[in-house]
This record gives sequence, C-alpha cells and structure tokens, in this order.
Amino acid sequence: ELKQEFTRALTADNPHTPQNIVRYSFKEKGYKIVDDMDQTAIHLSLNGNLIPKDSDEGRRQSIRSTTEAGSHCCVFLQAAGEGEGEAEGEAEEAAAGEADEAAEAAEAAEAAEAEEPPPPKAPEKKLANQFNFIERAAMTHHNTLRESACQTEPTPSLNFSANVNQWDIYDSYVEELEKIEKSKEKEKSKPQTVKREEKRSRRRFSHVEPQHGDFITKIAKAAKIAERMVNLNTFDDIAQDFKYFDDASDEFRGQQGTLLPLWKFQYDKTKKLAVTAISWNPKYSDLFAVGYGSYDFMKQGQGMLLLYTLKNPSFPEYIFSSESGIMCLDFNSEHPNLMAVGFYDGNVAIYNLKKATSQPSYKSSVKSGKHTEPVWQVKWQKDDMDNNSNFFSVSSDGRIVSWTLVKNELVHMDVIKLSAEGTTMQGPGGLQLQTLGCGISFDFHKKIDYLFLVGTEDGKIYKCSKCYSSQFLDVFEAHHMAVDTISWNPFHLKVFISCSSDWTVKIWDHTVKTPMFVYDLSSAVGDVAWSPYSSTVFAAVTIDGKAHVFDLNVNKYEALCTQLVATSKKNKVTHVQFNPAYPIIVVGDERGQIISLKLSPNLRKMPK
Amino acid sequence: MEETEEDKKDEADYKRLHSFPLIRHSDMPEEMRIETMELCVTACEKYATNNESAAKMIKETMDKKFGSSWHVVIGEGFGFEITHEVKNLLYMFFGGSLAVCVWKCS
Repeated sequence: ELKQEFTRALTADNPHTPQNIVRYSFKEKGYKIVDDMDQTAIHLSLNGNLIPKDSDEGRRQSIRSTTEAGSHCCVFLQAAGEGEGEAEGEAEEAAAGEADEAAEAAEAAEAAEAEEPPPPKAPEKKLANQFNFIERAAMTHHNTLRESACQTEPTPSLNFSANVNQWDIYDSYVEELEKIEKSKEKEKSKPQTVKREEKRSRRRFSHVEPQHGDFITKIAKAAKIAERMVNLNTFDDIAQDFKYFDDASDEFRGQQGTLLPLWKFQYDKTKKLAVTAISWNPKYSDLFAVGYGSYDFMKQGQGMLLLYTLKNPSFPEYIFSSESGIMCLDFNSEHPNLMAVGFYDGNVAIYNLKKATSQPSYKSSVKSGKHTEPVWQVKWQKDDMDNNSNFFSVSSDGRIVSWTLVKNELVHMDVIKLSAEGTTMQGPGGLQLQTLGCGISFDFHKKIDYLFLVGTEDGKIYKCSKCYSSQFLDVFEAHHMAVDTISWNPFHLKVFISCSSDWTVKIWDHTVKTPMFVYDLSSAVGDVAWSPYSSTVFAAVTIDGKAHVFDLNVNKYEALCTQLVATSKKNKVTHVQFNPAYPIIVVGDERGQIISLKLSPNLRKMPK
Repeated sequence: MEETEEDKKDEADYKRLHSFPLIRHSDMPEEMRIETMELCVTACEKYATNNESAAKMIKETMDKKFGSSWHVVIGEGFGFEITHEVKNLLYMFFGGSLAVCVWKCS
C-alpha cells in the first residue's frame, strides 16, 4: 500500500476554499452547486490612511495645510508614521493634533488612492510617501560672542611754540659766546653750555632752597624768645612766687622755715638716669648744668649733660650726650663757656658751650692717662702761668690728676696718689705694693691756693697740698663710710663740712682733729652745700628724699627745715646746690628730675 | 652804502663764528639729544641749499631710529606752535642763521 502513488497537482487554486458550496437558486427552485469560487486568499491586509482629496475630510485638511506656514512636509509624513500606530511622541504638538485627526480619518476611510500632486496654487509641499522618514535637526552649542575693545593711553604730549627770527638766532649765539668766555675765565671745567639752555626752571629751584634754610635760622631766635614767653605764661604763678613770694607764716613758726617748691625740670631721655652733678654757671645766674649718669654699678648706660635755664623750665637749653655716665661737672669761672666733666669710665672731657657740636671739645683717652675708675669730682683751678686752663680730678683709682689744656690737648699730671696708710702689701717677688685709697670728693680752699681736702671711700679726709705729691698734710678720721661731699665754708676760712653715707654731716675746723658739729640725719646723706649768702647756713639732702636746711647761727643742733622734696618715696635725692644769686636751691634725684625750691625768709637770714 | 656793506660782512663773519650748533630747547634724554643734534648738523651741511631735502633726511632717519612719526622744520624765519610727545623735542640753531625744530607726534 505504501507503493501506491498519489498524484498531487499544484494549482493556483486556494486549497482552503470549499469546493462544494451549494446555494439555493430561486430560478430553478433548487439547490445548485456554485462553480466558480473566489480563489483569492488574503495574506496581509493593511489599512491605509489616505483620504481622497475631494472628500470632506480631504478638503478640510488641504485648507488647513495651506493656512499653516512653512514646513508642512513633516506633517503628512508624521501623520503616516502615526497611522502605523506607533506614536513615539517625536511629533511636534501641532502635527500631533493633525496626526490624531488623520488617524481618525484613516479608520473611517478604506481607500488606497494615492494623493494627486498638490494643486499649483497651494504652496509647495513635499509629497508624502509611505516610507517612514523622520526629520530631526540638531545644532551644536556655540559660545556666545562678546565684544571687547581696548585703547592704549595716548603717549603724553606737550605743546611747544617759538618764533624763529634771524635776530633771535644772532642774540642767542652772542649770549652763548659770552657764557663760554666767562666760564673760561673762571677756569671751570664743567661743560655747562648745553645744559644751561635747558630747563630754566631748574635754576628757579636752586634759588628757593637757600631761602628756605635762612628762613629756619632767622626764626630760631624769635622762636626761642617766644618759647620762653610761653613758658613764663604757663608757669606764671611759679614765676611770681619765685620773685616775690615770701612766706609770711614764717613769722609764726619761730625759727622754722620752709622750702617752697618752684619749677621742676625734666627731660624724656633722662628719665632713667640719675642726677649725678649740678653746677651753676658763674656768669649767668639762671643757667645751671646737670650731669646725668648712673650710680648703679650694674646698670651703666649713657650719660647726658643738660643745661637748663630758669627762664625755660620745659626744655633744656643745651643737650650733650655721651657714651658713659657723667659723674661730676664743673664750670670754669674764668671761661664760663667751658665745663669740665668726669665720666664713669674714667675719662674727663671739656665741653665748650659756644661751639654747636654735641661732642666734647677735648677728651681724655687711655693714651692720655685717663683714670681707671670713675671720676667722682672735677674742679677747675685758676689759669696757670702760661694762661692755660687746668682742672683737677679725683677718682676711685686713688689718683688725683691735674689736667691742663695745652694747645688743644689735655695733658695730665698726677698730683698725688692716695696711699692708704698701713696697708703696704707684700706682692710677688718681694715687691711692696701700696694699695691706693679711693677718692670720692675733694674741695679746694678758696683763698689758700695749694690747700685742698680729699674725702675717701673709707671715710678718711686727707688734707693735702699741691706741692707735696706723696705725703698728706693731715688726716682726719672722719666717717665710717665713704665721704660723699666735702666743702669749705665760703666765708669762714677754717671751716669745712663733710657728709657721708653713714647718716652724718660733720663740720670741722681744719686745725682740729675732731669735728665741731655732728648732725645725724637718720638716712644716708647724698650731698651737702654751703649757702653763698651766709656763713652759717647750709643744706643737706638725704636719700629718703628729704632736704634739711641748717642755720648754725639760729639753732646749732637742729635743722631749721626738714622737708620732703622728692616726688615719690622710692625716689632718692642725690644732689643739692644753692643758686649764687637767688634764694633758691636746686635738688636732683634719681629719676632725672630737678626740682627747684625757694627758701623761706627764716632760712635766709643774713648774718650781721 | 659802503658802511652797510661792511656791516653786512661783519655780520656774516659773526654768523660764521656762531655757526656751532646751539640747542635752544630740548627735553630729550642726553644720548638721544646728542645723536639728533649731530644728525641735524650733518643733514644741514649736506643739503646746505635745500632745506626740504635736509628735513627729509632728518625725518626719515629719526623714524627709523626712534619710531614714527617725526616732524622736522628747517628755516630761517618762522613761528610755530606744536604738540609733541614728552621727551621727544629738539629745537636748535645752526650755521648762524638756520633753525631746526624736530619733534615726535604720532
């Protein structure tokens, strides 16, 4: 049975069409077999969305498309895309609306007619096609353009004008020749011919400067007077007191007196320095010099020398500064512009007030035999036989040296060596060394020229003569501690006074070994001074800041006045000096301040 | 007549004496001034009869050396008012009767 052959024939007939469909035919009044069946088989059917142009929908659409502007080409194509049924949202909204409508129209219609080309009246449209083209545009982002402009500053320019004339040329040549001749005559080698023609304004400048300089110097004197006037006004009441005030209450005080504080002199740069010496100028009774330095061994700094005048309490008249602290000073009585100064480093110097420099005119040095220890006191002597000024200095190195100003140089000569008695020591090699006592103060007798007294650090006072250089005339066992000041009485020729750190002030007669008077002042005595107007009045200052004034005529045992003069308790008062002309004393302290005080009438009693 | 002739001769002699270059006004720096002065002297001597050529030579040389743009006037009698760049002006006399003004202004 497997070998049975079946023949199959491929025909164009649709195998699925039924072959035996029977239909009732009313004509023959019976069922009849239908012969020709439709053989078409539809494999695929698609609904298109083309609408006939002339139909309602078609006309509507064509009207709409003509009113719209520009690119409609997309519209129909996108409509075709939409009609596919795959709306992917790439259409513009206007087209989207149209696409919806087109989709509706496609569902309604069944026609597959191709659109005729658009009528020539309508603007050109792209033919819709059945391919799915999507137009898509993109544009790269480009940077925004910016305008930028710049203009350089124009080069600086000036205007210049002149006239060129033959006579002008001639004149300038003549001038030029004259100048050349002059410069040749003066034998100057500067080639200024070219430069002189330029910049006449430069000449004007050079004229201005000397005037400016003169201006300052001219005003200096006027300024000084003005300054003094201003000071006088400021300190008017003090000036009045100075001149006229006499403490009326002195009558009621019995013998006591008072010190009236007057001006205070201070200067910024000396605030850290102590007043080490005060001296009045012998010629100008309102001018006094103050030396500044330091008594402290550890704190040695600069020194200053200031000259104040009573007429101007706010600023010193002259200022000199020095490297080493100043320990003592003295005015030359014959040449009141010369001051001798002794320094802490052992040098001595002479300052000349007439010269404008701030440096000493003459200064000693190691070569010229300066002291090896601080110079404690200097005193001028009378001019010697060659009319050279000379002064003496005493120092802790035990030498008393006489300095002579010979032809612009300081020449020294040892006058005496203070050998301490009984202290010759055995040095190495059998050498006998003499220890030298340390001289602290000295004073020369007013009348007897060769006689002077020296006070030492161990409390002895030696009476010496200039003629004998190795031996003393006499020794006084004066104090237990260093003798700070010795002073001869200006009137009473035999009497001198000494003060010491052992709290005592002693008055001596130089022929007598023991003191005539002893005053214990309960504090170390810094300085003592005789008054210039009375032989019995003297003042002493102590370290606790008090000033004591004694009048031996009135009260032999007590001070007439004991007054606190220092500004603060910690301030030690170092020196005191009487003014030779006016009844005032000047007191210096450790802070660089000078206080002037007026003596009340009780203290000023002149001896009869 | 004769006297005036003699006077003229004297004047001519004087001018010859004064024929060195004399800078009347300048605000140039030193080196520039000297260079320019010498250039002017050279030009004026070369073109003694023709001021225009002398000026041309000076101007062109200055332009090359110191940049544009320079202006030069040479003459015996004229007045002027100019604007010049600072430190770029030279006004000098030469040859007893010639005046040269050189300035820069762009």
